[in-house]
Amino acid sequence: MKLKKLTRDIDFMDKVEELSGQSLNSCIRCGTCAAGCPFVEDMEILPERVFKYITLGEFEKVLEHNTMWICAACYTCSVRCPRDIDIAKIMEAVRQVILRANIDMVDVDEVDNIEELPQLAVVGCFRKETG
Amino acid sequence: MKTKASDYETSAMKVMEKLGQPLVEMEDWYCCGAVQSLTEDDIMHQIAPIRTMCCAQEQGEDEVVTLCDMCYNVLRQANDRMKDKEDDLETMNEFLDEDPDYEGGVEVYHLFHILKGMEDEIKDAVEMPLDDLVVAPYYGCMLLRPDNVAVDETEDPEIMEDMLELLGVKVLENPKRTECCGSYHTVNRSDIVEKRVEDIVSYAVEEGAEAIVLSCPLCQFNLDFHQRATDFDVPIFYITELMALAFGLDIDMKNHKIDPRSLLKEKGILE
Amino acid sequence: MTPDKAEDEGNEDVEMVEIFVMGKRYRVPKGLTIMTALEYAGYKFTRGCGCRGGFCGACSTVFRTEDEYKLKMDLACQTAVEDGMFLVQLPFMPAVRAMYDIEEVEPEEHDNILLDHYPEIARCVSCNTCTKACPQDIEVMDYVQAALRGDVERCADLSFDCIQCGLCSIRCPADIKHYHMAQMARRITGRYIHEHSDELEKRVQEIKNGEYDETMKEMVEMEIDKLKKTYEERDIREEG
Repeated sequence: MKLKKLTRDIDFMDKVEELSGQSLNSCIRCGTCAAGCPFVEDMEILPERVFKYITLGEFEKVLEHNTMWICAACYTCSVRCPRDIDIAKIMEAVRQVILRANIDMVDVDEVDNIEELPQLAVVGCFRKETG
Repeated sequence: MKTKASDYETSAMKVMEKLGQPLVEMEDWYCCGAVQSLTEDDIMHQIAPIRTMCCAQEQGEDEVVTLCDMCYNVLRQANDRMKDKEDDLETMNEFLDEDPDYEGGVEVYHLFHILKGMEDEIKDAVEMPLDDLVVAPYYGCMLLRPDNVAVDETEDPEIMEDMLELLGVKVLENPKRTECCGSYHTVNRSDIVEKRVEDIVSYAVEEGAEAIVLSCPLCQFNLDFHQRATDFDVPIFYITELMALAFGLDIDMKNHKIDPRSLLKEKGILE
Repeated sequence: MTPDKAEDEGNEDVEMVEIFVMGKRYRVPKGLTIMTALEYAGYKFTRGCGCRGGFCGACSTVFRTEDEYKLKMDLACQTAVEDGMFLVQLPFMPAVRAMYDIEEVEPEEHDNILLDHYPEIARCVSCNTCTKACPQDIEVMDYVQAALRGDVERCADLSFDCIQCGLCSIRCPADIKHYHMAQMARRITGRYIHEHSDELEKRVQEIKNGEYDETMKEMVEMEIDKLKKTYEERDIREEG
């Protein structure tokens, strides 16, 4: 991953807060987000750990785990967060920081069964995983 | 909707016509993008849904009804954003330079909003109650979250159960009905979707469900297609398909991977 | 070649305009197309020039006129120079093109066929930049949307006037290769959707049988004036 390009000249936490419109310091690490997340078993680190790394400025640790790519923006965490943090927006912001550095997570030419898939699946995937 | 989910479109059109509230397809519309872009600064991915709003405005309409849950979610969120944030609407209108300005006056509804007010008509239209059928309703995400666009209670919706009961079917309680099906991960992480499908379907089957009912083309695809990785073969219906059957209307059911016909024959719904 | 060539030749009757080619100033007669103006200024086209009649799409060009913030696109052979025009010729576009066997893309069997071969159309954000760039006034965005919905025939119909210049694709923020995708749509439409033409088949057979070899040979050897006259006096019959 082109880490240099990502980390150059940006404050990761500022950027994530700016893109998401959410305040990361509101998080009390209660774990409600992870408890309700239908995808949590596939996440290498829990959402609250992602927040912790972002606030500590340890963005490499965020980037080397898959959590934001497993999140499918189902908004379950967002509606349940006792601190009213829109967690789906934070995950989107982390994805966008990476995608905007021209790093795609899916190669559009390498999806082998497009013909079987409904259009909205392909559109949705490319929206979330290509920049 | 035109290809992989044509069953939903044709059954919904027939059902609404029978109910005396026919749906008319917009003259022009654009793919909404399926998933809402959530960053504060991103206007570009709001263009397509707002362009569709412009089309509605130009056609003199102030209400748009969607069948697809994802379209509903994206159109509604994008439209609400334009109404809430004057600056975003201004930027949008400046970019959409060849259209008349969008004024934010169009409202986005889902089919459920319309059906909700038509209980009597639905009751009257039922010619063959689907008494023997036991189904689990499934909402997924896009009808219920984020909560400002929810068509019903986010954590405890009943709108689909209410509709189904009018058709005579036995409706099960399904606590998994608001859990995500895996969504677009079906493109490159089918392992994730398979786990979701296994979880959702196995729970429904344990409770005694013979079929699952929903209204989202992507949920339908995921729950239907990815059951091949499980031991189950539970038919996945669009709610409008069950309505059409109860109303005695002919429908194709040609998109289904798990053919629902044998179940329907067993129950005496199809000959 | 000096910018004041026309004055040097004492050609005062012709109204001149000032253009800038890749930053360099030239004075050229008003009324010329961008292409002939460039030749007047001394450039020789080895690529980026074809039929000179607006059909082949080889001479796509980008320009801006004075006091305009927008970059405009058009064909160099179809656009007249204007005073204060800044312009540049575009090289050939190395756009990706899908490989397929026309016998294996029956749209009835494959309802996603265009998306399958050009998956990037799923990235369309409906920004309409492609339509604005099109020198043929095609509703480019609309045909991409039709393709995404699986409506091959509508995509083919809307894109019928496309000359494959590629301007849509260099402007696209989603990196869609509109013109190649639409060509595939037209080929599928021609092969599977449009009615089969017996006349066409008959004519192809006649050509294969060599029935026109003699006429063809005559035309190739014909004097240019006579060829023009023959063309103008050709027999055009209505279909059917």
